[in-house]
Amino acid sequence: MTKGRLAQPAADRAPQAARPPRAARMLLHVFLLGTSLIWLAPLLYAFYTALRPYADTAKHGYVSVGGHYGFENFSTAWTQADLPKYFWNSMIITAPALVITLALASMVAFVVARYDFRINIALLMIFTAGNLLPQQAIITPLYKLYQLIPLPDWLAASGKLDDSFIGLILIHVAFQTGFCAFVLSNYMRTIPAELGEAALVDGASAWRQYWQIVLPLCRPVLAALATLEFTWIYNDFFWATVLMQTGDNRPITAALNNLTGEFFVNNNLISAAALIVAIPTLVVFFALQKQFVSGLTLGANKG
Amino acid sequence: MTALDSTPPTRIRSRPRRLSPRDRLTLTLMAGVPTVLTVGFVWIPALLSMVLSFSSWPGIGGVSSIHWVGLQNYRTIFTIYPEFTPAVQHNLLWLAVFFCLPAPLGLFLAVQLDKQIRFSRFYQNVLFMPVVLSLALIGFMTELIFSPTQGLINNLTGHAGQHGMIDWLGDPKLNIWAVLVMACWRQTGYIMIMYLAGLKSVDPAMKEAAALDGANQWQTFRHVVWPALRSINVVVLVITVVESLRAFDIVYVINHGTNGLQLLSVLVTDNIIGEASRIGFGSALATILLLISMAFIVPYLITVFRKDQRG
Repeated sequence: MTKGRLAQPAADRAPQAARPPRAARMLLHVFLLGTSLIWLAPLLYAFYTALRPYADTAKHGYVSVGGHYGFENFSTAWTQADLPKYFWNSMIITAPALVITLALASMVAFVVARYDFRINIALLMIFTAGNLLPQQAIITPLYKLYQLIPLPDWLAASGKLDDSFIGLILIHVAFQTGFCAFVLSNYMRTIPAELGEAALVDGASAWRQYWQIVLPLCRPVLAALATLEFTWIYNDFFWATVLMQTGDNRPITAALNNLTGEFFVNNNLISAAALIVAIPTLVVFFALQKQFVSGLTLGANKG
Repeated sequence: MTALDSTPPTRIRSRPRRLSPRDRLTLTLMAGVPTVLTVGFVWIPALLSMVLSFSSWPGIGGVSSIHWVGLQNYRTIFTIYPEFTPAVQHNLLWLAVFFCLPAPLGLFLAVQLDKQIRFSRFYQNVLFMPVVLSLALIGFMTELIFSPTQGLINNLTGHAGQHGMIDWLGDPKLNIWAVLVMACWRQTGYIMIMYLAGLKSVDPAMKEAAALDGANQWQTFRHVVWPALRSINVVVLVITVVESLRAFDIVYVINHGTNGLQLLSVLVTDNIIGEASRIGFGSALATILLLISMAFIVPYLITVFRKDQRG
């Protein structure tokens, strides 16, 4: 590094060495602001479209100002498209899938991270690799199995795993446990072994160690994973499209796909519906940003 | 807790034999139930995909209607199935674009946001926001922006009329690019967050030392930051490959993955749902997808877990 610059601005030598000089900072702000605007544009445009009645865009042109603005499209979409029903479906699928995934993943992680069994690594690999597979690589036999496995009527109205809430919950759990187990086991390994030893001497069973010592310590990771998994399961489109073909049981993302056929050219209404569907994940993101981001990066960092 | 002092120095982790029968049962169940689920719903289907790829199984009828046809499905796929070549090309294009745009752009944005500037939290949130939207939703937004007569782009550039209309979504040469623009819109934020996390783990003292040595920004990045990002690079590589192979929702929302938007994932789906259900043929396509993804997943896992064992 012989090309040392002699005329370094004073800011560079300040304690915060990473802070760029003033001119460069301005340039950076311009760049980042420009990028941010481009990034927001699709959402803002969708929102703008949703605020206008179809008649006005038809009259004034699709990219225009003028006419009437209001939230009618949102209320129309809410009622006409049966959005409350599909929201409810999404909740029936997402909430149990989320809880069961975290419960099962934390149990596997506990066993793998806190005990030295020979199959531990293999076990963790099965889970982690499973989560990385493209869903389409396993859907063909799954689709057939779902049609062949019968369920009692009180469990599924369809009488089969196919088209049932249980079916979707099961595949979400099976698929997502991998990621959560990987992240949780990495975290549990950082909890000192002495904590378990002390409990062992006090006569605590394996279950009590898991439930009363390790799990409470995992609360921050569990919160992070819960936020992340909520978004992933709620946003699922593929499993619902294939494994829930006829359903009134469809979650909202898959149901939205039928709306385009129904409302056809009324982009204003579709925009409103689409934005309503996005609200839960956007709310979760803004409310729990910290958990969200740490959840994503926990898995990456330990890699 | 005086009990702590009396515990022997060896760790219980290395002595599973001291477990009581009841604890053994508990632990077996704790690991066993989730394993059965994942094996049953992920790995057995993956294996069955391979097995069924050698069969012909029409949509109707139970297991008894399976015929074994050997390599026939694969022969068909590679010789006379017209959708296969465009699908592979589109998947490769998807992968190439994801490597060339969101990956470097995400890294670049992360490096910029890592500098101590004001509002960096705001920028970060805006750039990351698309990641929480579902891909199906982004499919709708693609139509909103690229629709030939009603879309934002054509109306802004004056191509929405009868003359000189650009059919972004209908022209099979163009539509994949429109879709990719939106896919990159989402992917960039995802990659950026990964790199931001990686950058946080770079020791600031190292950067300061480099700056004191007279290194410029690029030299500091090249010799201090980049080597520290090695493990993140591996993660980004895997994410990029996996996301490219999984691509499905956007194209399915737009035109069910036909007419210029074919992807391997769509072909698999098309062959099992719809009128002509061809389970065997769909399985052969799924097996190809499975093998491609395993080629990346296996080396990744080996590196991750080898490092793990070393502690």
